[in-house]
Parts: sequence; C-alpha cells; structure tokens
Amino acid sequence: MTLLSLTNMQTNIGEYAVLHDISLTVPEGGVFVLLGRNGAGKTTTLRSIMGMWRPSPGSVMFRGQDITALHTADIARLGIAFVPENMGIFGGLTVEENLVLATAKGKFDRDRLNRIYRLFPALEKFWTKQAWSLSGGQKQMLSVARAIIEPRDLILIDEPTKGLAPAIVDAMAEAFREISDTTTILLVEQNFEFAKSLGRDMAVIDDGRIAHAGSMADFVADRALQDRLLSLSV
Amino acid sequence: MNAIPSTQGSVIVKAAVLVIAALLLFAPFLFQDVRSLEVAARICVFIVLVASYDLLIGYTGIVSFAHTMFFGFGAYGAAIALKQMGPGWDAVALGAVAGMAVSLVVAVAVGLLSLRVKAIFFAMITLATASVALVLASQLSQFTGGEDGITYRSPDIFKTATKLFVDEEGKVVRIFGVRLNGKLAAYYFVFFTSLAMFLFMLRLVGSPIGTVLKAIRENEARAEAIGYRVVAYRTFVFVIAALLASLAGTVYAIWLKYTGPDTTLSFAIMIDILLMVVIGGMGTMWGAVIGAVLMVMAQYYLRDLMGTAAEATANIPLLPEVLNPDRWLFWLGIIFILLVYFFPKGIAGTIAQKGARA
Amino acid sequence: MNQMNATLTRVGGVNLLPLAVALVAFVLIGAPSSWMTLTVAGLAMGMMIFLMASGLSLVFGLMDVLNFGHSAFVSLGAFIAATVLAWMGGWLGSDSVLLNSAALFIAFTAAILFGLAAGWFFETVIIKPVYSDHLRQILITMGALIVVEQAILAIWGGTPMSVPRPHFLEGAFLIGDVTIEVYRAFAFLLGLIVYLALYFTLNRTRLGLLIRAGVENREMVEALGFRIDRLFIGVFMAGSALAAMGGAMWAGYETLITPSLGAEMMIVVFIVVIIGGLGSVEGTLLGAIMVGLVSNYVGFLAPKLALASNMILMMIILLWRPNGLRPAVK
Repeated sequence: MTLLSLTNMQTNIGEYAVLHDISLTVPEGGVFVLLGRNGAGKTTTLRSIMGMWRPSPGSVMFRGQDITALHTADIARLGIAFVPENMGIFGGLTVEENLVLATAKGKFDRDRLNRIYRLFPALEKFWTKQAWSLSGGQKQMLSVARAIIEPRDLILIDEPTKGLAPAIVDAMAEAFREISDTTTILLVEQNFEFAKSLGRDMAVIDDGRIAHAGSMADFVADRALQDRLLSLSV
Repeated sequence: MNAIPSTQGSVIVKAAVLVIAALLLFAPFLFQDVRSLEVAARICVFIVLVASYDLLIGYTGIVSFAHTMFFGFGAYGAAIALKQMGPGWDAVALGAVAGMAVSLVVAVAVGLLSLRVKAIFFAMITLATASVALVLASQLSQFTGGEDGITYRSPDIFKTATKLFVDEEGKVVRIFGVRLNGKLAAYYFVFFTSLAMFLFMLRLVGSPIGTVLKAIRENEARAEAIGYRVVAYRTFVFVIAALLASLAGTVYAIWLKYTGPDTTLSFAIMIDILLMVVIGGMGTMWGAVIGAVLMVMAQYYLRDLMGTAAEATANIPLLPEVLNPDRWLFWLGIIFILLVYFFPKGIAGTIAQKGARA
Repeated sequence: MNQMNATLTRVGGVNLLPLAVALVAFVLIGAPSSWMTLTVAGLAMGMMIFLMASGLSLVFGLMDVLNFGHSAFVSLGAFIAATVLAWMGGWLGSDSVLLNSAALFIAFTAAILFGLAAGWFFETVIIKPVYSDHLRQILITMGALIVVEQAILAIWGGTPMSVPRPHFLEGAFLIGDVTIEVYRAFAFLLGLIVYLALYFTLNRTRLGLLIRAGVENREMVEALGFRIDRLFIGVFMAGSALAAMGGAMWAGYETLITPSLGAEMMIVVFIVVIIGGLGSVEGTLLGAIMVGLVSNYVGFLAPKLALASNMILMMIILLWRPNGLRPAVK
C-alpha cells in the first residue's frame, strides 16, 4: 500500500531550480533508501516533503491526503517525523527536555521511553545533560529518539551515518532495523554499504530527477547500474 | 550605469536627473529670490549626502544610523575652525581635514567592531554611537556652542557684499538681472563641489568595486566563498561614505554660516536621509537625486501649504489638526511605511522597471 | 588563559561582572553610604531597563525580528500610566495604602493592556509582511516609531508631563546612614518579581521549553509539530506589555516625562541587549544591571562622562565578546 507519493515535484531555492522533476512512490513498511551524489537534491526532497521548502509545481500525497501546501507543523502532526542532516537538536536544552518537547502532550509513554533506553543506552546515562555536551553519535541518537518518542507513520532521516564511528554506525543500523518493523523510514544515505543492508526499496536521484527506482535486491545485483549511477558517490 | 538596465524607463529617469542638474546649474538665474537659492543649495548638499548613504544601504545592504554624525563632524570641523581662526581658506581646509580625520577614525572603529556581526547589530550600534555624538555636541558647549550652535563668517569671497565683477561706475555687474556677487560664488561653490562628489560616486559604483559590492549584497556567503573579504569591503564602503558625508557637511557649513545640532547632527535629518533614499529608490545613484529634490522641495513648500490649508480650514473640526504643519513628520512616517511596503524600489527603481516590462 | 577562564566559569563566569563593577566602584567612591545609595539606584534602574529590553531580546531570538519601534511601547506605557495616575489624583493622595495601591495597579494594568493591544497590532499589521527581510524590517519599524512618537506628541503635547506618585511610594527610608528612596526599592522588587516569573516560565513550563527551543532552531520546533508563528504573536505581545510596564515604572521614577522618552530609552535598551547578547533573558538582565550600575557610579564619579559611559561599556564588552555576554545558544 502506498504511504507517500511525490508527483512531478519541482523545487526552487532562491533563483536556482534544485529539483527538476521528482516523482516517487514510497510503500508502507520497511526502509526506503534515497541514494545520489552530493547536491543531487536528496535533502531538498526531504525538506520539500516536510513543507520547509515549497515545491511548485508538483504535489506531495501522504496517505491519500494532499499535504503540499500544509504548514510544516501540521505535516508533522499527521505523523511524519524529520531527522535532519545537522540533527537539529536543541543544545541549550537537556536530553530530557529535547525528548519531552517531542511528545504530543508533554508526558512520556513508559514503554516507548524504555524502548529508547534499550536502543540508545547513552541517552539514559546523559539524561540530565545539556545536549550540546553530547558527542556527535549521541546527538544523532537523540535526534532519532525524538522522532520515535511518539508513534509515527513515517520518519525522514537525512544522512545519519555521516561522520560517525563504525561502531555507532552499526548500532544505528540495528536501531533502524527495529524501528522499521513498525514505522516506515525514508532514508537519505551516501554510505552505500549501510543503505544496502537496510533498504527494501530504493531510488537514485541525479540532478534533481529520479534516475532509477526499484527494489534494493535488484539494484545490488546489477553492478553496471550501480557503477553508472553511483560511480561518483562511492 | 549598470544599476538600471538600459530601458525606456531608465531613460526617463536619467532624463529627469539631467533636467534637475540643468535647473540646479541655472538656479540663481531661474529663481531669483533668496529662499529659492537656499532650497537649491540644500538640494545640492543633500544629493551628495543621500547618494553617499545609498552606497551603504542600497549598494551594500547595511543600515547605518550614524550618517548624520559624519555629516556633523565635517560641518563642526569647518565651523569650529572658521570661528577660531577667522574666515579664510586655511580654516576651511583645516576644518575639512579635521572633520574627515575624525570621521575616518570613528568609521574604521565602528566598522571593524561591528560589521563582522549581523547587519541588525550594526544598525543598533550606529544608532547608539550617533546618539552619543549628538549628546556630546550639546554638552561640550565651549567648542560646539551647545544647543545654540555656532555662527561664523565664511571666506570673504562668499560675502553677499563682495563684488565679483564691477562696471565703470563701480557697481556690481548683473547678468539677466542677477548680481554677480559673493552669494552667487557661494552657490556655485556648493554646486560644483557637490557635482564633483556625485560624479566620484557614480564612477565608484560603476567600477569593479561596485560590482563586488553588489555581489556581497546579493549573496554574502557566496561572495565570501569566492574569496572576497566581505568585512574589508564593507568597512571600506562605510569609510568612503563617511568621508563623503563629512565633506558634504563642510560644504553645507560654509554655505549656511551657521552650524548647530538641528542643521547637521539631529536624528530628524537622519530620518530625512532615510526617506530620501527610500522615496528615490535604493541602489541607484539617480534615485538619490530624485529623492533629495522631492523631499527638500516638500520640506520648504508643502509645509507652508499645510499651514495655509490648516488656517483655511480652521472652522472645520479635525481637519486643521490633521493639516497642522507640526504633524508633518507624522504623515511622512506613514508615507514612508507605505512606500517601503508597496514601492520598495522607490521612484527611480519603479519607473526603470516599468520600462523593462513594456 | 584557558585555565583562568575555566576557574571563572566555575564560580559564576560573566554573572560576576556586576559584582566586580560594584567592588571597583566601592574602592573609588570611598564612602560606603553613598556607594550603597548609588548601588540601589543602579539596581532599580537596571530592573526597569530589563523590563523594557527583555521583550525585544526574546522577539529577536525567536523570529530573527528586530523591532526598532519597540521603544514606542515604552513611551505609550509611560504616558498612559501617567494619564491614569493623573485622573486618580484623589486616590493617590489619600493616606490609605489600599487606595494608593489600587490606583497604581489600575495605571499599570492600563499600560499593560495597551501594550498587549499595541503589540498585537504591530506584529500582525506592521511586521508580519516583512518577516525575514531585515532591511525593510528596520525601515518599517523605524517608520512606525516616528508615527507613534508624533501621535504621542499630538495627543499629549510637547510640554513635559508631570507624573504623580502614590503617597506610600514617596520619600525615603534610612538603613543605618544609608538613604534609600522608596520608589527605587519598589522598582527593584517589582522588576525582580517579573524576572523570576519570566525565569520560571521559560525554565519550568512547556511553553518556556518551546520558546527556548524556538530561539535555538525555529525550523526544528516546527518539524516537531508546533506553530512557532502563533507562539510568536504571544511572545511579541508579552514583550510589548513588559515594555509598556517598564515605561509606566520609568514614568513614576522620573516623575517628569516628555515624548522623546521613547527615543532616549531606545538607545539604552539597544545597548543593553547588545551587551547581554540577543535572544537570552539572563543576558538581558545582566546587561541591564551592568548599564544601571555603571551609569549611576560614573554619574557620581565623573558626571561629564555619564552620557558616554554606556557607549564605552558597550565598546569594551563587544571587543571582548562580539556576541555579547550571554548570547542564546544558536
């Protein structure tokens, strides 16, 4: 079943057209990976879904509802979480405050909190620390935790492994695998090894257009296609 | 000029500016009364002042509230020198140089201190600096004459009694009924120094530096990335604008033979400059000319008109209160807000654009 | 140097600056009783300026909007409170503290209500169309300031207006040989209460959490499902109301006010938020206290320098910390 579909999306930033024509269908469940070179338009695609930049023309449909013109906050309330590339944590707030802000009512659901502690033990350890003092990996964990503190239908995650130590990347992969059992993840990634192990479906963006879309298994099997589409990014 | 692409509209703007220049050149012959000459001289000085401010706000995108301060430094420099040393060109030169030196030091200090932070910080800091300068001018009354200001004599050649040319009977020569006296010399001194400064600025914005400034205004991060030292360029422009304002102050001080807080330093003049820039159109030197002409004319004539209208409507409730010349600034403020909303490009920019569309 | 900085941070960091200033002043002034009087005056002044400045700082932090017309709220608050107090001269003059306080309360409430309304008008009509355009923001809010100032001039006239004080706030009391004006103590306490309320709201409530997070990263707060723009109207109105309240208190402090009050205070308010660091309430308090103390001490020690003292203070602090003493985390 289709969860999210993008149709002929074109997004300009200032006077520059970053996305020329993006059409994409994300099915419900599992991890959908968006690959592409630097500057291909992956981040812009995520931000256009969140309503942070407006596609024009083009449309974003979520669960059959047109969300193209909605305010970012209203899009979030429909059940879409965003983990931006810079992680977007609030450095002056404690770990606890960062998380409590992400809850709908200002109260924690015990089970979900325990799940976060289990996935990311470091967060429990630094619970009362101000977030700016965390390491890069811990900040990433906090950002992901914020996205799953409430039940969501879709999480957009932008390059979560960038600059992280291999051990943390593995922990992250483990966490994503578990999260994707209950929540669809749209993952933007440059680290192909990481993406390969997680993705069920995938697409490649090149120069603001979808250059290829299909299943991850087929893509992994087709070395020629990989070389053609990702040669510069791996 | 590359600020306005060559269009039908920009031709209109340039033609208007040329007409204004011609009118100013022949002003003493065309409008033969004291007040008109007063207006014409003020227009000349304010064109320079507004154009130099436009270098900041229009070409670099930085908002300074200290422009009248530099104007004041130049004016007070000349005023104090003329008062202490007596009328003479040595005093004028010393005053001009002293005013520019102070302007240079203050501009460099403020620029380096605050241009590296957000534009909005700069606006606040210049506002604070200017207010301190204003307070100092009224406090240090032994030098500045305090609130009353200073009156002094300008060099002898500018005295109204001076005869530039005499006929056989020893009377001053007249051309088209205009006496060739010192007053005329003073006006042309103002006109030609202003013209020279304006042409200098035109040259500056047309030069490679002008192009860099525009690049910085359009996209600061990109200009920095290309390798331009944004802070250095901004400080440079700030200093140039300050020096020009200072010189304009000196010229105006010589013309007026009086310098006080109200003629040079006051916040009201800063607001006038802002209005002129916005009315004329930011980012075009031509706009400065149009803005200065309209505002100065309005100040001299529209206010009178308001006064007359207020008297004429004295029996009608509310109207005289609305038309009261004291409410002048109130209406200007409202016009200003509406202009910024609806015509952010000002008169020159809007007309030039019209042509582009046609 | 680093070690020194670390030690300094552990004992309170820049928060100790007012204390250091007070100590230096104590040595320079020599007479403990004069020093005490000046300190109380400085603290009272600082608190009133804090009220005026806090809204400006928060509004800037939250939306990157700098309202050059902010001081219009200060003027309006002062004149409205003065007018209401003048109407209630009877209550003010009475010996009953209750009637006195009631009059004062009504005057302050009027100023605050007007501040809220004016804040709403400013935000929705004047500023909203020019979000994210600093140049036009500065120009338009400056234009609005001119219009408000002229309106005040038209309504209340250009002559100074005297402000009656409630009877129970007149005079001074003695502690040892130190004279303390009642109104100063009152201004200080009221300012302190407002600061504590603000501090509590920002640090202990969900609303405050939202505001603090919004100051840091507005976009991310929206991505979590909150409408910052709606929150912003509220903050803007609250900030305007605080400025109006500060103006009302200032009117009672000065007892003689002119329409140029707003423009004069604007400079001080700007200096305070620049010193303190835009976007942080703690920084604004620190900046306001510093300005209050330094102006009073310098006014006593070197009256000629008094007017430039704020400016010099700002220059020194900017050279040391270009973003102010305690800027909000960005």
